[in-house]
Amino acid sequence: MDKVITASNLTKKFGTFTAVDHISFEVAKGEIFGFLGANGAGKTTAMRMLCGLSLPTSGDATVAGFDVYRENEKIKRNIGYMSQKFSMYEDLTIRENIRFYAGIYGMSDEAIVKKTDALVSQLQMTGNEKTLVRELPLGWRQKLAFSIAIVHEPAVVFLDEPTGGVDPVTRREFWNLIYQAAALGITVFITTHYMDEAEYCDRVCIMVDGRIDALDSPAGLMKEFKSTNMDGVFLQLARKAQRKAD
Amino acid sequence: MRTLRFLLQKEFLQIFRDPSIFRILFIMPMVQLLVLPLAADYEIKNINLSVVDHDHSEYSRKLINKITSSGYFRLRDYSPTFPQALKTIESDKTDLVLEIPAQFERALVKDNSAPLLISVNAINGIKAGLGGAYLQGIVQNFNMEVRNQWIQYARLNPQPQIEVTFSNWYNPTMNYHVFMVPGILVMLMTIIGASIASNNIVREKEMGTIEQINVSPIRKSQFIIGKLVPFWILALLILTVGLTIARVVYGIVPVGHYATIYLFASIYLMAILGLGLLMSTFASTQQQSMLVSFFLTMIFNLLSGLFTPIESMPEWAKMLTRFNPVSYFIEVMRMVILKGSGLADIKYHILAELGFAFVFITWAILNYHKREA
Repeated sequence: MDKVITASNLTKKFGTFTAVDHISFEVAKGEIFGFLGANGAGKTTAMRMLCGLSLPTSGDATVAGFDVYRENEKIKRNIGYMSQKFSMYEDLTIRENIRFYAGIYGMSDEAIVKKTDALVSQLQMTGNEKTLVRELPLGWRQKLAFSIAIVHEPAVVFLDEPTGGVDPVTRREFWNLIYQAAALGITVFITTHYMDEAEYCDRVCIMVDGRIDALDSPAGLMKEFKSTNMDGVFLQLARKAQRKAD
Repeated sequence: MRTLRFLLQKEFLQIFRDPSIFRILFIMPMVQLLVLPLAADYEIKNINLSVVDHDHSEYSRKLINKITSSGYFRLRDYSPTFPQALKTIESDKTDLVLEIPAQFERALVKDNSAPLLISVNAINGIKAGLGGAYLQGIVQNFNMEVRNQWIQYARLNPQPQIEVTFSNWYNPTMNYHVFMVPGILVMLMTIIGASIASNNIVREKEMGTIEQINVSPIRKSQFIIGKLVPFWILALLILTVGLTIARVVYGIVPVGHYATIYLFASIYLMAILGLGLLMSTFASTQQQSMLVSFFLTMIFNLLSGLFTPIESMPEWAKMLTRFNPVSYFIEVMRMVILKGSGLADIKYHILAELGFAFVFITWAILNYHKREA
């Protein structure tokens, strides 16, 4: 099986604080890989290292076959990224945002026009192409941001808590988009703290205090921790962290 | 190149969608250029004068008439004693006291000389110095007139006189507007250019959009150039608006070529915008970048020779002006507009400005990190 992401003993320290503590895992092509953890567990930091936004302190990692230390700019050609912080240009329209992001990844003009039309109709935003992004409801923005993150059909897309603050119906729609992307062979790496979303992933790993405490399919984890849902699994691990922190 | 095209396209869309840009671009320079030159004028007029005349003679009246008719002085107070006149200075009613002693006329006629006392309020040094000097000049003139009245034949003049005549080159009418307006225009371009550029990148940091750029394959140099070019064009537009106002309102027509001004301005703007971008790579909020650019442009403008001549600064300050991109541009503006200097005359200025542009832009590119340590 093709490994799209590999990490071994990946570590990030900020001064004396170890945000990510020797994590190791592999993600296969087309997989939906979930990263779970409480706030401050180190999910975002780990993701930022893989995206080439943050230099690891030690350990090794490759993304799409490229090394995170030396080939971080090559990695950037092959990934999409959607951050927690909303990151489209609010003073540009839907169409202009798509055009800009498609353009900087080197798509041709015809391809951009085609892609834009396809995206707009897929997102059921036809007729709103000229609406400024700042005027869109949050759910629309998140779906649009995701579509823009994969507009250049990258090998991997990194999603950092993409569904924060979104209603359940829109979240469901959002996950439909994720499944469609995965079906195209795009590997999805997602962080979340919604436990129901964890169950939509092929495999999840649970981070506690910067370490990976569990890594398996949702079904496997529920079996291992003798729980009927992911909530139970997560609480057991999180409680463990609590004791450790004392 | 393609990437750059998309960056520029996006930048222009954002700029023209922002309603404040129009105000910054046209209204601000217009107001500043129309108001500031009227205020930034070294000529001292309306000096309030207090006279203490103990003589009450024909000559003392003549002297007072001569002073008030010069246009520089306003007779505000006529006190019987010096202490009373001093009171008017203390209460800020007057700036200057001229005391004419008793027997002024008699001494002048009999002894060929008579003392006068001028007391100046020196809180405002420039006003005091110039006011005192004006008054002395008028008194000297009066002195000459008196002498000419008595001694009809110049050859019998017992005291040879050296008379100095002036010929004011390049600005024959000594018009301060011709001198100040180009300088103020430079100041405006500096303030707007530096702050607009630095704020722009910092806003992307605040919005989080810069992260989306950092995770893309855009090169650092492409990003910086993509930011530089739009503001470069905007600032040249401001220059055009400013030069038009200078011509239409103040009647300033450069003796040299407009092309020389634009060429130098283009290089200058690369330096000053590069500085703005450099500041933005250090700042993480718009407040920080605003304050830093305010601080720097303030120093640059005060040390540029715009308001005070560089030649009269202390040595260390003179050294600093050599490292100030603004001082070169102000000098060039005045050279081209007043003296008609051409490219050959300003070649060292061009070299210096190119140096600034290179250093600031390179530093900005180097200091912009797509990946944090």
